[in-house]
Amino acid sequence: MPGSLLSIDVLLIAACAWLAIGFLGLVAPRDTRFISKLLFPLGAAVGLAVGLVALDALGGQAQTAVLVIGLPDLPFHLRLDNLSAVFAVLLGFVPAGISIFAAGYFREGEGTAPGVLCLEYHVFLASMLMVLLADDAYAFMVAWECMALSSYFLVTTNHHHAEIRRAGFLYLLIAHVGAIAILLSFGVMTGGAGDYSFAGMRAQELSPFWASAAFLLALVGFGAKAGLVPLHVWLPEAHPAAPSPVSAMMSGVMLKTAIYGLLRVSFDLLHATIWWWGVVALAVGLVTALFGVLYSTVQSDMKRLLAYSSIENIGLIAVGIGLTLIFHAYRMEALAALAMTAVLYHCLAHSAFKSLLFLCTGSVLHATRERSLGKLGGLIHRMPWVAWLALAGVIASAGLPPLSGFVSEWLLLQSFLFSPGLPHPWLNMVVPVAAALVALVAALAGFAMVKFYGIIFLGQMREPGLKDAHDAGTWEKVGLVWLALITLLLGILPSTVIMRIDAATRQLLGTGLADKLQEQGWWMLAPISPERASYEPLIFLVTIAATVLFGRWLVRHLYHGRVRRPSAWDCGYSFQGPRAQAPAEGFSQPIRRIFEPMFRMQRHFPTARDTQPYYSVKVEDHFWHWLYLPLAKAAGRVSTLIVTLQGGRIAVYLMYSFITLLVLLLVARP
Amino acid sequence: MISISGLLGQAFAIALALVLAPLLSGWVGQCRAWFQSRTAPPLLLPYYQLQKLFHKDVVLAHGASSLFRSAPFVVFGCMVLACAIIPSLSTDLPLAPAADALALVGVFGLARIFISLAAMDVGTSFGSLGGRREMLVGFLAEPALLMVIFTLAMIAQSTSLPTIVETLAHRELVIYPSLAFAGIAFTFVSFAENARVPVDNPATHLELTMIHEAMILEYSGRHLALIEWAASLKLYAYSCLGLALFFPWGIAAGDNFLALVAAIPLLLLKLAIGGAFLAGIETVNAKMRIFRAPEFLGTAFMLAVLGLLVRMLLEARV
Repeated sequence: MPGSLLSIDVLLIAACAWLAIGFLGLVAPRDTRFISKLLFPLGAAVGLAVGLVALDALGGQAQTAVLVIGLPDLPFHLRLDNLSAVFAVLLGFVPAGISIFAAGYFREGEGTAPGVLCLEYHVFLASMLMVLLADDAYAFMVAWECMALSSYFLVTTNHHHAEIRRAGFLYLLIAHVGAIAILLSFGVMTGGAGDYSFAGMRAQELSPFWASAAFLLALVGFGAKAGLVPLHVWLPEAHPAAPSPVSAMMSGVMLKTAIYGLLRVSFDLLHATIWWWGVVALAVGLVTALFGVLYSTVQSDMKRLLAYSSIENIGLIAVGIGLTLIFHAYRMEALAALAMTAVLYHCLAHSAFKSLLFLCTGSVLHATRERSLGKLGGLIHRMPWVAWLALAGVIASAGLPPLSGFVSEWLLLQSFLFSPGLPHPWLNMVVPVAAALVALVAALAGFAMVKFYGIIFLGQMREPGLKDAHDAGTWEKVGLVWLALITLLLGILPSTVIMRIDAATRQLLGTGLADKLQEQGWWMLAPISPERASYEPLIFLVTIAATVLFGRWLVRHLYHGRVRRPSAWDCGYSFQGPRAQAPAEGFSQPIRRIFEPMFRMQRHFPTARDTQPYYSVKVEDHFWHWLYLPLAKAAGRVSTLIVTLQGGRIAVYLMYSFITLLVLLLVARP
Repeated sequence: MISISGLLGQAFAIALALVLAPLLSGWVGQCRAWFQSRTAPPLLLPYYQLQKLFHKDVVLAHGASSLFRSAPFVVFGCMVLACAIIPSLSTDLPLAPAADALALVGVFGLARIFISLAAMDVGTSFGSLGGRREMLVGFLAEPALLMVIFTLAMIAQSTSLPTIVETLAHRELVIYPSLAFAGIAFTFVSFAENARVPVDNPATHLELTMIHEAMILEYSGRHLALIEWAASLKLYAYSCLGLALFFPWGIAAGDNFLALVAAIPLLLLKLAIGGAFLAGIETVNAKMRIFRAPEFLGTAFMLAVLGLLVRMLLEARV
């Protein structure tokens, strides 16, 4: 229709609106009220619009646009297809909640001025949208770098602390290593034809060697942004450093743009034809998931715990991508569609529940100024809203029914389960072992989440100062409720959601699950057939809720409801102070003991003769000592060698120029 | 489609579970006493205890939050759902499509999270100790249980419990080696999950050894009654699951009323034998140290994975 507004145009306007809101922040950079109560809610409204438009665009035809800006020969090509629409839905709805929360969160200017923060935040949002819309390598890289830079500045909001600057530097460094790999991958995919548009890359017929090179480079590049082992080290540093809404945005949304990039490159541009790519992704994903969950169980800082849990979830997504690649390469499209749906669903689910949890830590941080689990406790009494909403995030994150995390886990396990019949005996043996590891990861995630929730919100308050903690403000509550609602809806309406996102699966694989799901009711999730596997979360929830309510009613009516409230019994022990509860380190002691080789630990045990006995444990990442410190040392050594050339004497430098000139004259003789 | 008889059968299965579960616990206790040459408690003891607890006042510690008070109901609700979807008498269960075998593991997980959180809620040393140990047992047992279910699901080509039971009950007499591995692993897991002897001792209040009892130490009155009832429902659910998966004969297929009636005595007989077996194992074993539990459950996990591998590599064409 000429004259009418296409979805892609609306999304472009939304990106411009985000930019405009950001620049409006510079008008009065110190006016906290103006920025937090007007600009951030406006940004949330734009986010809501992005989500709705993208939801509407799902299932439609791909739309393209060409912007006049860009290089002389290469204007920005943009394209909105179903894959980008799924991720744009996520980029719309989840930041809407985060922005509303941020409206209540950024109350006093700490570090960066609020106006500048507002600019960085909205540039970050706009550049993520542009990453999803980009249809040529140049536009993609520009948007990608804008995203990395704006998020770097967001991470270093409190730049007065040296450790935060260090975390930001590490993040920037790894982001750039990743960007180089992505750039090289795009270079390989042009196949020397010099056409940097995605359409040109799609048309290229690469030899298996070059296609594999491009895939591996993309895996490294996007893996650096997503946090795949061993490029994960920036996550546990950057997330605690950043303000909580920024951590939520990075963990919930930005990591998913990396997943988007990986899907775009491997399925859309490279057509995913080689089976061992899947094995590589599966192996990396398994290592990442297991590593992430083990480290998340032993953390004592609540945001680090969540950061490692994000690593775990990214690992599970990579496992799903690996399975999809394997099935797709063997033309088992129904199974590939199942695994791909699990991947997309987990992206949506993780985005909502991890943002929710990060925002809850933000509220706790504001109320108590404390990030260390060992100094929290009992906050459910002071912050009931945050505590109950966090419970929704915790259940989803532990992968338990009836919330969102379980649906994707269920789909992933189902695709493992129906995988026999792969024409490769070796793969048939790997798949059950992989399934066993996924089951272990899911169970360990429950442990980490019980630790997170139980130590922060339950028990006695470990510090007297916690008595003054206050619940979240209204804006913050609205943001939290919004994200919890998304988590709940994703949990109980899986069929409806899958019908919408199926268009993306269909675009990438040529087949989807929608036909099968259409045969059953909207309440039932049976991706193959009800006889083979089915899950009805709504009925599940209703049954449990009905039993709980009926039980409650019955107990109340049949028996008296007398309650006495003395102090706790605790087997008659008289000392019942808060120090008697297990601290974060104590809670994870079984994990440290069982999986001891996985950790690098420094422990101090008290002895009988100590006048001031104490116990301390410090868990470090193996990869620092195996990979990063040797690398840093090597880099240092190389630079010392180079430094000897730079004596600082002008005569020596003149001699270098002279020698260079002589060599050039000798070499470049006509 | 859902039939009236199906609904009635479903309601009957739930009612039977609610009634039989404490009886099963009483029977196990009685057998244990006989094997250990003690005077046996009455068979109906659990009912008396429930009745007594429901009538008592709730003694609620100062630090207890609303989560502590709602957890027993949630745990009870989860166990009722678990009993509703496990085919004990008949495979015609209208609720069964709501949760397949994987979701059943999720139900147990949900109950475990709630009880562990409730244990940490009052903030006593024993509570957090119990919660931590329960999660430890949970993360070791849950993957093993999932692998057992994977093996059976591969045989039946389905994760729906009624389909698995129908396939296994009406198959030709082929011996599946994978089933043996899965069966042993399942037995190990059910001992751990139900807080029975090699891993936990249901009769102890010895501080250093308890897991389940440490968690529910602060509960009293009707809350404790619900938790005890839920624990016996869990034992009943695991017993029925084990019987349905490994001894499925006699479970009525479809809505066949006569077969359903015939299934009741058979179920009672199977449960009685199973309970005696459980009591026997508990008598000849000693409770192990908590840090031996990972070895015990690790063995179960390995056996379950082995069963799955055997299934995939050796029996793929059976």
